[in-house]
Order: sequence, then C-alpha cells, then structure tokens
Amino acid sequence: MQKITRENLINKAIELLDNGTVSRVLGWKIGEFAYDVTPAVFTTKEDLQKDFIFDDFCNANFSKYLIAETRKAEEKVLVFLKPCDTYSFNQLLTEHRFSREKVYAVGIPCEGMLDIGKIKALAGEGIIDVIPGEGSITVKNLYEEEKTLAYGDVLTERCLSCKSKKHVVYDELMGEEGDVIDSNRFDEVEKIEKMSADERFAFWQSQLSKCIRCNACRDICPACTCEKCVFDNPKSSVNNKAISDSFEEKMFHIIRAFHVAGRCTDCGECSRVCPQGIPLHLLNRKFIKDINSFYGDYQAGQEEGSRAPLINYTFDDLEPGEAVGRGV
Amino acid sequence: MRKFSIQALDTIFAKIAADEKLYLPVDGENGSNYKLWEPGVQMSDALNTVRSAKDFFFPQTENLIEFKVTGKQIDIIDVRNENEDFVVFGVRACDVRSFDILDRVFLSEPIDSYYANRRAHSVIISMACTRPAETCFCGTFDIDAANPAGDITCWKTQDSIYMRANTDKGEKLLAKLDGLTEECDDSAVSAQQDKTRRIMERLPLANLSAEKFGGGKTNEFFNSPAWKELSQACLGCGTCTFVCPTCQCYDIKDYDTGNGVIRFRCWDSCMYSDFTKMAHGNSRNSQVERFRQRFMHKLVYYPENNEGIFGCVGCGRCLAKCPISMNIVKVMKKLGEE
Repeated sequence: MQKITRENLINKAIELLDNGTVSRVLGWKIGEFAYDVTPAVFTTKEDLQKDFIFDDFCNANFSKYLIAETRKAEEKVLVFLKPCDTYSFNQLLTEHRFSREKVYAVGIPCEGMLDIGKIKALAGEGIIDVIPGEGSITVKNLYEEEKTLAYGDVLTERCLSCKSKKHVVYDELMGEEGDVIDSNRFDEVEKIEKMSADERFAFWQSQLSKCIRCNACRDICPACTCEKCVFDNPKSSVNNKAISDSFEEKMFHIIRAFHVAGRCTDCGECSRVCPQGIPLHLLNRKFIKDINSFYGDYQAGQEEGSRAPLINYTFDDLEPGEAVGRGV
Repeated sequence: MRKFSIQALDTIFAKIAADEKLYLPVDGENGSNYKLWEPGVQMSDALNTVRSAKDFFFPQTENLIEFKVTGKQIDIIDVRNENEDFVVFGVRACDVRSFDILDRVFLSEPIDSYYANRRAHSVIISMACTRPAETCFCGTFDIDAANPAGDITCWKTQDSIYMRANTDKGEKLLAKLDGLTEECDDSAVSAQQDKTRRIMERLPLANLSAEKFGGGKTNEFFNSPAWKELSQACLGCGTCTFVCPTCQCYDIKDYDTGNGVIRFRCWDSCMYSDFTKMAHGNSRNSQVERFRQRFMHKLVYYPENNEGIFGCVGCGRCLAKCPISMNIVKVMKKLGEE
C-alpha cells in the first residue's frame, strides 16, 4: 500500500484551492520542535508548502473547528479527517452543528499518532528530533544521545485501542480504506468495574483530585458544543473557575460525562490534552459500554442522523430497575 | 560555600523538616510535582515540576474570610492559615525569578497580606539546572539557569550537593546545617556552570530575543493582524495560565454556605469567556482579544509598569502543555517578523 505523505496532502489541497472547490484548508502547521503541531487555516499554496505538516504528531481532530470555520465564509473549507475524526464529524452533523455543504472532507489513513509525553518519559527531555522508522522511532536529544523506541510504547492511549481504521464519511478518500477494529478499548473499564466500590472511589478520587479546572477536556471535546457551557454561566450557580471543595472537580467531570453520554464517539481528545494526565476517556467508555450492554451495540457518529439509544424509546428498552441490577 | 555528600541528603532533609515543613519535587505518574517531605520521600531529578512553584504563595484557591449569619447577627470568622514557616527545596532558576514578578504585583500597595505572609514565612532553596530541555528559554529574559537566585542556591553534582546562602534567611538555615556540611571552594560548581552555560547556548530557542518587546510598545502590537492568525486555533482553555509560574490574575467569589458566606479567591484565566466581567458586561468579547491580553500582558504591559522586566521566565511549561501547541515563543517569533 502506498503511504500517503505530506506532499500528497499538500498537492490535494492546492488542487482543491486552485479549482475553486474550497477557499480554505484546515490543516496541521509545523511547530518549533519535532512534535508541536498546531491546527491552522491555510489559504495559499505558499503557506501550505512552507508550513503544512503531516506526520506522527498530527493528533488534532479538526471536526469541532468546523463549527466556527464554516460560519466564516460562504465557500467550502477543506478538512482532512483521520478515521476516528470522521465519527466526530458525523456526530456533529447529526446534531446540526455545522453545514455539510460548506465542507469538503478528505479522508486520510492513520496508523496511529504518537504521544510526546510518553516519548519524553522514555527518552528524557531535550528532544531535538524524532525520526520515524519501521515499527520504531529514533529520538535524538540535545546531549547527542539517541534512543530507539517501539511505536507500541509511544502511541497515544487512544491509538493503542483504536476502534476503527474505516472512514464513516468523506467526499474523497486518499489511500486505502481500513476496517472497523475489534478493539480492546473496554479492558481498562472492566478492570475498574472489578474493583470494590471503595477501591473505585479511591481510584477516581485520586485521579480527579489532580484536576486544575483548566477546562481543556471540555474545550477540545467535539461533543461539548454548547454555545454557553453551564460551568461558564455565572447564573447557573455551578460555575467556578477553580475547585471550591473536594467534591467540585468530581461534579464537573461527572456532569460532563453524563452530558456527552450516547454522543461521545470515544475520540480520546479529552485524555490526550489533559495537562494533569487524568484518564477521562475511561468515564466516557464506561457509559459507552453500559449503553451497549443495556440497549445493544451503538457507536455514536457511525451513521449520520442515527438516534442514540438514550434519546430513542423502543419497546425492548431495559426497565430502569433492570438497568440498576445489571449495572456494576 | 558549603557542601555535603549526596548520601547525606536524607539527613539534611530530616534536619530541615524537624523545624519546618519541607517541600520538594517528587516524581509521580504524571511527572514531578512539589510534595511534603517525610522519611522515604525521594527528591525528583526532573528538570521541572508540572505545576509551578507559585502555588506556594498564590494557591489556586484559598479561603479569605467566612461570614456566619445567625438571625440578625453576622459573625466574621477568621480562616487564615498562611503564617506557618516552610522551606521549598529544588526550585529552578525560572521559577525563582517568577517570585520576583509576582512580588511586584502582590507586594505593591495595597499589599496582599495573604501573599506577603507566605513569602515572609518561606525559605527558597534553588537548584541549578544541568540538563535544560528543548523548551527552555530562560536566557531570553536574562535568567542564568546555572546560577539561580533564592535564599540558598544549590548545585548538584554526581556525588555532592553544594550550597551558597544569598540572604539572611538562607544564612540562618545554612548555619543550622553546619555540623552536616563542610566548607569548600567553588571549583566544582564553576566547572558545572561552564558546562551548563555551553549547553544553554546550543538550545533551539537560545537566539529567541525579547528585544522588540517591552514597555511603550502597546500601539505597535495591539492592532497587529497577526493576533487573529495566532489565536485562531486557541481552544480558550486555561492550561497555559494555570501551569504558568507568572500568571497572577484571580477572581474573588462568595460561596453560599446556607447560613453565611465563604469568600474565596481562585485563579482566573484571561482565556476564559467571563474574564474581567463587570456589571456592564465583558471588556474582551472575542477569543482574539483574550488571547492577545495574555501575551501583551507578559511582553508589553508588565514591563511598562515594572522597569522593563518581562512577565515571562521562559520555563517552557506552556510550550509543553498547550493542547494545540500555541505559545509565547510562537507569538514572539510571529510578531517579531513584522
């Protein structure tokens, strides 16, 4: 299979800009180092050739950016979507959050993205280059040291339990289509389910008490698209910029998890951006797992317009009492 | 200069901790953070802590005062607890400088007594850097990572720790450790400093200059078209401001206890939509304006009010933690192009 490269994407973007299909390109912009990629809007061939990057650090899921970007102009915007990004894209369409006609979506393959935090933990600080190889990367640092790390050890958590290499929506696909994967993504949830209630409380207490209420998880989440979040609304009486007591941070995360239940596609952006390393995706996965077991398998974002089990009544629905009995 | 063997580190910590609370960087699952020392706790060798050392003087939340209402009587309850002596060990040069920056805000009239008390009750023991990261740029703000300030400065070599007192508080603490340390010359320290400074010169951001910025530059940069592009991907989260050792904005709120009020303050973030919200509304309605505020504050407004001193110390935390990898370095480079 031919690998899709940065040049392929740049050429595609230039082609679509030149023939007038789109007026802007949502892409990844090269940073100061080997890994600090920033989402950016490109409008010219020159900017694309100079700054557009496609490598192992293009983690950012652009779907949510489309809400703001499609409101900026009448012309279409080009967006590159990795398989997991397409689920968020579909879910946002289902919720009528942006206009499909204003987007030209190009599906691109993904072999998994890397976690610079893990790389630094294994190779140390001072990284000046990360060179991809077959099944591993070579990391060079300021101190003229080199370290080879296996991909499996430095992939982001979400990529280690990738649920799909298949794009569920696109206007055009580059590279070969992949398959939905029978992933191990509920293994960690099961581990937590097996804990005693006290152990589980202690686990979440220790994780959530690290929270600094920066709201990065909420702000990056493609399912968090309220125009005004309840936690930012001074009239809601629950808004706080910081934790006012030991329960505060739990309330924030639990409310958020409930609010995105049935809509979360498990894209994993929340845990990826958490500066405190809280495994927030495990809360969402617990909801997904329970929804699957209560109402039958459901994947948010798989199909545009699908009715999520929590907002769709059927005669076969579990009675609340039954759900409590089956819940862990 | 005094020195002691690395093997004696725990004895030294125990001696300090016998009289005062001692905090130092400790490795955890999410990197290093300041923890209370007790026997068995190991000091981290990490370059820097995930959260900055400003938390010691300006905690994320603190209760200021409490009011209790009983019928028509209002009792004022003193909840202050910032008068306890403590020692912070292992603060890096960048974070030590951040205290100077915060001092100029909180110790100017009207003096913030909560902050002032914590400062007065602390002894800062700094630790010179030997392995800076690619994200370090303290040199841009004339900070010498090999010679940090603080009440006492430490240098750690393979087998020893060297200490130099810089203030009266530092002298006093060093005197207490007299029996455990020995007098020495500074040759080992100088050698290490030379080595570190040579590395600093080779850092990717070694040539980053703040020359174009400073007081009086408001008009030059305020209306720059670059702000729009720089801020377009900003999520509006507070990560950069909360990991920053110099961000100092806060909000004061009342928490309704049902029979009174707990008045507390907490960090605010210029990235948030309700930042500086007043009765008339919000003075910065868009993310572009809020984003601009953060960088103008550090690079222009702060130096304007503080004899040219910048409000950034180049610790690199925002470079490492921003979810979209936008940061002050990228801002300085982009604005500097013009």
